[in-house]
Amino acid sequence: MRVKPKMAFYWCSGCGGCEESILDLAGSLADLLARIDVVFWPVAFDYDYADLERLADGEILASFINGAIRTEDHAEKARLLRRKSRYVVSHGACAQTGGVVGLGNFFTTEEIVARLYRESPTVANPAGIVPRETSIDGGHELHLPPLCPSVKPLNGVIDVDYYVPGCPPTPELMQAALTLVIEGMLPAKGSVLAEKRSLCDTCARRDSKPEKLTVARFRRLTDTAIDPATCFLAQEIICLGPATRGGCRDRCIGANMPCRGCFGPPDGVTDQGARAISFIASLIGSNDPAEIAHAIGTIPDPAGLFYRYTLAASTLRGRAQGRTDG
Amino acid sequence: MREKEKAKKTPKAVDGFEPRIICFLCNWCSYSAADAAGRAQKAYPANVSVIKVMCSGRVDPQFIMKAFHDGADGVMVLGCHPGDCHYKKGNYQTQKRVLLLKKVLGQFGIEQERMELDWVSATEGDRFVETVTRMVERVRQLGPLERRA
Repeated sequence: MRVKPKMAFYWCSGCGGCEESILDLAGSLADLLARIDVVFWPVAFDYDYADLERLADGEILASFINGAIRTEDHAEKARLLRRKSRYVVSHGACAQTGGVVGLGNFFTTEEIVARLYRESPTVANPAGIVPRETSIDGGHELHLPPLCPSVKPLNGVIDVDYYVPGCPPTPELMQAALTLVIEGMLPAKGSVLAEKRSLCDTCARRDSKPEKLTVARFRRLTDTAIDPATCFLAQEIICLGPATRGGCRDRCIGANMPCRGCFGPPDGVTDQGARAISFIASLIGSNDPAEIAHAIGTIPDPAGLFYRYTLAASTLRGRAQGRTDG
Repeated sequence: MREKEKAKKTPKAVDGFEPRIICFLCNWCSYSAADAAGRAQKAYPANVSVIKVMCSGRVDPQFIMKAFHDGADGVMVLGCHPGDCHYKKGNYQTQKRVLLLKKVLGQFGIEQERMELDWVSATEGDRFVETVTRMVERVRQLGPLERRA
């Protein structure tokens, strides 16, 4: 009998939506599980890290790792899975480019801890308890993994073979990626297993995008009635479709929400935010500095918007040290 | 990267900070101005590393971010005066991009004063010298850009 290929799934720093993207395979999940031998999947099955340690190096055909690298423990587990696996597939936006978790790089670790455990208006913490790497409780010494100084994407700590983009990836993309791995039909190493072109290139509203498009200001979602059939940019609403990889099946566009860039940059673009700055600025019709400044003023948080999913993988990676302006 | 190596070779003053400035110059106006300054044997600070581009509009925001990431303390983009662009409107596009980029750089903790966009025509050798000298002094006052680990 042919031995079934071994697979592992792991969750670093993320929301769990990527785990959901496997469960969303629904009926075909049962077919998948019949074709593979899951040797490690903490969220679904009761395995110990020791089980993983016992495997020979390279024994796992592929490990799908989701989430960003936020703690030293994530980095350690990623390295262990790398050693045990023939292929490592980055699963979802956080693993690929840091995702929303990566926005933490606009702050220092101290600022994040202070905000979470002391300053946030919804926190009541009179004893001032903050997480520590070592603490004593009931006579037991307890350990927490330390936070890394910066959030990193998966390829910031290990070599990654393939990427499945998205927050989260669609079940169709997961199905396709798993099939490619199982059937040994994988493309060149480093490939992103999705559409190569931008979302704008494949968007259902593409025909309503004017040939020449200029704006005097940008509108916000909260106070704008959005036409459900017209290009968002033509409605003066920022949509990152031109700087974002397609393949998401227009999930947001279809729900009448503009693209926020979760599929990361398309092939040929490395810094999604820089590309967004470039095309958004070019839309401003005026050449008068005061009018340009007015248009830019209607984008309250450009860095947070343009780098929402890719800050940790961007050229600058995060906020410079020791600065307080901005 | 050649410009990075160049920047590394910028001599450090013994007791002071010597800023590294990357300066993008367009082929048609500002590079010719730098040439004119050179032909006239004008002196300007050696902190400036010049990168020639065909048009200031060719300077992708990512080039500027990469310069900051790779060790620049300041970045300059000098193009043709408004209305004089060899490609009609490249400098206008640059102006919009740089204004938006400056806001983003501020959010990244990079002071807006570290990024300069100005116009220098082919005959303005003196203006080129003044502009880069002013920038070097301004960044010297700001001190080195401390990068994220």
